[in-house]
Amino acid sequence: MSLTKRTFAGLAAAAVMAFGMGQTATAGSHAFEPSKPIDFVIMAGKGGGADKMARLMQSIIEQEGLSSRPVVPTNKPGGSGAEALVHLNSATDPDHTIMVTLNSFFTTPLRQPGLGVDIMTFAPIGRMAEDTFLLWVHKDEGITSFDQFVEEAKSRGSGWVMGGTGKNSEDNIITDHLNATFGLDIKYIPYKGGGEVAKQLAGQQITSSVNNPSEALGFYESGDVIPLVAFTDERLALFPDVPTLKETGNDFSYFMQRAVVGAPGMSDEALGYYNNLFQQVFETDAWQEYRTKKALLGAKIEGDELRAYWETQRNRHEGILKASGAIN
Amino acid sequence: MDVLFSLGQGILVALEPLNLGLAILGVVVGLFVGAMPGLGSVNGVAILLPFTFVIQQMTGSATSPMIFLAAIYYGAMYGGAISSITLGIPGASTAVATTFDGRPMALQGRADRALVTAAVASFVGGTIANILFTAFAPPLAFVALKFGDPEIFALMLLAFATFVGLGGDDIPKTIFSICFGLVLATVGFDIISGEPRLLFFEVQGENLIPGLNAVNWFSRGIQFLVLAIGVYGIGEMIWTINSSRDGVKMSEVNVSFSRIMASIRNFPEAWKGTTIGSLLGFFVGILPAAGATPGSLMSYGVAKMTSRNPQEYGKGAVDGVAAPEAANNSASTGAMLPMMTLGIPGSPTTAVLLAGMVIWGLQPGPALFAEQPDFVWPLIGSFYISNVVALLVNLAFIPLFLWMLRMPFTILAPLIFVLSLVGVYAAYQNIYDVWLMVIIGFAAFFLRMLDYPLAPAVLAIVLGPIAEPKLRQSLLFSDGSFDIFFTRPIAAPITIIALILLFLPLLKLIRDKLRGS
Amino acid sequence: MRRAEIVTAAFLALLSLYFMWEAGEPSVNAWDPALQKRFGNIGWTDEGPGSGFWPFWLSMIMFLCCVWIAANWFRRLSPPSQSDAPFLDSYGKKMLALVGGGVFGFLILIGLIGFYGAMFVFMMYYLLVIGRHRLSVSLAISVALPVVCFFFFDVAMRIFLPKGYLEPLFIPLYDIFL
Repeated sequence: MSLTKRTFAGLAAAAVMAFGMGQTATAGSHAFEPSKPIDFVIMAGKGGGADKMARLMQSIIEQEGLSSRPVVPTNKPGGSGAEALVHLNSATDPDHTIMVTLNSFFTTPLRQPGLGVDIMTFAPIGRMAEDTFLLWVHKDEGITSFDQFVEEAKSRGSGWVMGGTGKNSEDNIITDHLNATFGLDIKYIPYKGGGEVAKQLAGQQITSSVNNPSEALGFYESGDVIPLVAFTDERLALFPDVPTLKETGNDFSYFMQRAVVGAPGMSDEALGYYNNLFQQVFETDAWQEYRTKKALLGAKIEGDELRAYWETQRNRHEGILKASGAIN
Repeated sequence: MDVLFSLGQGILVALEPLNLGLAILGVVVGLFVGAMPGLGSVNGVAILLPFTFVIQQMTGSATSPMIFLAAIYYGAMYGGAISSITLGIPGASTAVATTFDGRPMALQGRADRALVTAAVASFVGGTIANILFTAFAPPLAFVALKFGDPEIFALMLLAFATFVGLGGDDIPKTIFSICFGLVLATVGFDIISGEPRLLFFEVQGENLIPGLNAVNWFSRGIQFLVLAIGVYGIGEMIWTINSSRDGVKMSEVNVSFSRIMASIRNFPEAWKGTTIGSLLGFFVGILPAAGATPGSLMSYGVAKMTSRNPQEYGKGAVDGVAAPEAANNSASTGAMLPMMTLGIPGSPTTAVLLAGMVIWGLQPGPALFAEQPDFVWPLIGSFYISNVVALLVNLAFIPLFLWMLRMPFTILAPLIFVLSLVGVYAAYQNIYDVWLMVIIGFAAFFLRMLDYPLAPAVLAIVLGPIAEPKLRQSLLFSDGSFDIFFTRPIAAPITIIALILLFLPLLKLIRDKLRGS
Repeated sequence: MRRAEIVTAAFLALLSLYFMWEAGEPSVNAWDPALQKRFGNIGWTDEGPGSGFWPFWLSMIMFLCCVWIAANWFRRLSPPSQSDAPFLDSYGKKMLALVGGGVFGFLILIGLIGFYGAMFVFMMYYLLVIGRHRLSVSLAISVALPVVCFFFFDVAMRIFLPKGYLEPLFIPLYDIFL
């Protein structure tokens, strides 16, 4: 009996610690302090890459006591982010509403102009990283280089199957690019999430994927899947032997933005507060370790610089979607 | 022997005071979260995830926080049965099948028997699954990988097939109900084509009703709980108020220690349902994308089909409570298997657990068992311990849950309405889902009055969202040909059994007609 | 009952037709011109069913079921179509109005004064008006429920229920408990 009592006492102490840390958070220096819990919207479902990252950021904020009010993650996966964008656009309290975004931040408003969402009105809190894409195949295919892949995919035609997350998504864009540039006829099959795609590849249900490193890492370490090429500008530290697509002579790179944005209409004071909050998150060891482990790239940018980045990304995606026929 | 030794070591670590305390606390938290309509294991685990970092900092290892989360997961699985039986509202999709017989038992004054059966069956299911997990984890993971889209679709077909006889006597109303559930399941964005579907009251992105934004209402689809709580929490409640006039009670309850003991002694009567549930639940649970819900539904269907008295099902058969409860616990353990050995979550809850493991610096995947034995074995040991703890805690709380049923109905009814609304909000944090739930609830009341069976619609909305994309992904592979379901070694036998089961009632009907004439 | 049966069947038939129409929603941005027309997506393509295939044909089956139900009604086969009892008697109508009105009132109040305020008003209404409990009992339960819920959801589970215009009242509570 005393056994459980002691454990409960320990837990109570832990709970007090947890709440206590929240209380003694960084006060001062800024005019704005959140007066109520912060609504932290995730543009995707539970368990995906964006969700994992958002929950990591939340844990860091909680653990380090960076915010005086809790940051509460809510998943709004509907309509490739349409639900989340509309939620932010109509937020009643923009100073307490923030969101973690993916590239659907650019593509969804382009594909659904009816939403009435202008991403340039969102508050640029901070880009935390850019996630990378690699081309993966199963080891039993016996393919070890990108050239071999092109050759093999060409000979199999539509028998070569690429799995990806959703239609007109990042994965679809890369697949379309490969098809168009190398004269391939790869069949693209949309799945619900990156984890499911990685599993389909490990079970050899599909022949290749363009997963983020964080999704395929488990099967890479066990030797089931191998990366052939990285869609980055320079080789990744985690995969030093994997060439970039640029090295093969094709000038193409593609990243996934992992940025935090505020609801349109957020006050400058609040924006300053969140800029600072996520700068602190960015600087923690936990975040830096996650970046290294998951091969994330991209410097931290915020404010006007981030807006400028959105502008270029939106224009680029408009071009890509037009070329693939997804929009007029 | 190696396995037994490692397991013994693991159990010892799990029995350390702090770990045992965390397991007990986790089970209690999980039990209450699971008993609350709308909240399930996924909420409990996701919400307490940040708290586990404090534990990790205190202990310096990932073992204790993981034990805590796993205990919540177990507790919630036990708790799900409580609202299914006492209130008739399935708190989570995994507990839908438990309402079919658990609710009638409660209305007959056998709520204590139902609750005890659910608890003990959960324990047996969980333990059998743990043994299978311990012995066969790596080879089973390999089997799970061989389940591609056609195999999962075949399995969904089988799940449907086991439920053919579930509806009411009115054939057109039963078919209507199934199709209605399947249509509601397609609302939202189609992942295959990327197109919005059935965004009602909207044309070409323009809203037909001012102030009603179709994206807010329908873009995430009609969620399972919106339909289930609408039907059972609102529709069924109003129906009860209307049909039983003033002198209603939720159920007749006499709770005493000796009655509970007697229920435990009588548990072996439900051995058949428990066995079916434990085994079937585990094997369906290990398949990624399937999860505990199809497992519990199929176990109920199979238990009914193989029963000598299938007519008792739906009217308070103990096997009908034991089978799905054994299955959903067994499946939850099963769902841990692909999560730990492949890094692939089989359910939303394991997805959050996976996120936790990644944040703690572990890399779940094929190498986990070899590289992190200090983490894996204590965790598996804690599954055994949590299961025992969950059984004891659950039995201890049964009198409390039964006591709640003795409240006057005019107090219990508004409490259920409030819990239904709050529960749906808590589950999806979307006020439109709450509105939709209430509207569905009133529609369900009218349909209930006219003998439309609604359980088939609830089943369809659970299985539909898995079945449709899997069918279409399979057909993308095969360029539109159905051969893919009949030529693959695993898919073919499942498909054929499912088709036979589907058409069996039809064949029987024709035979009876021929004999009659 | 008899009239309710056919009215409901007719309503559901119309609903099914509306679902069919919605399922055929054209996709303005589609690559394939066939998909830009209504009902262009309900067919079977080389790649299996189109996006509108399931909802359209399933709604069609729903519609046919309604016709079947109507036929059963005409031939007086189903129990509701044989019954001449009223769909809702005066007690049923009264209860439906009282309970239904209460629940919808609850929903509307959530938008104004949030879950906790609405919860209190709804419980007071139900306990006093429908349950006819004593004022002291009603008040105790109606106050206790939001308090318990606040600690369970907002404080323990960190699920923040909407507070509507009562939000300022909760700021001091956040200061203490969060």
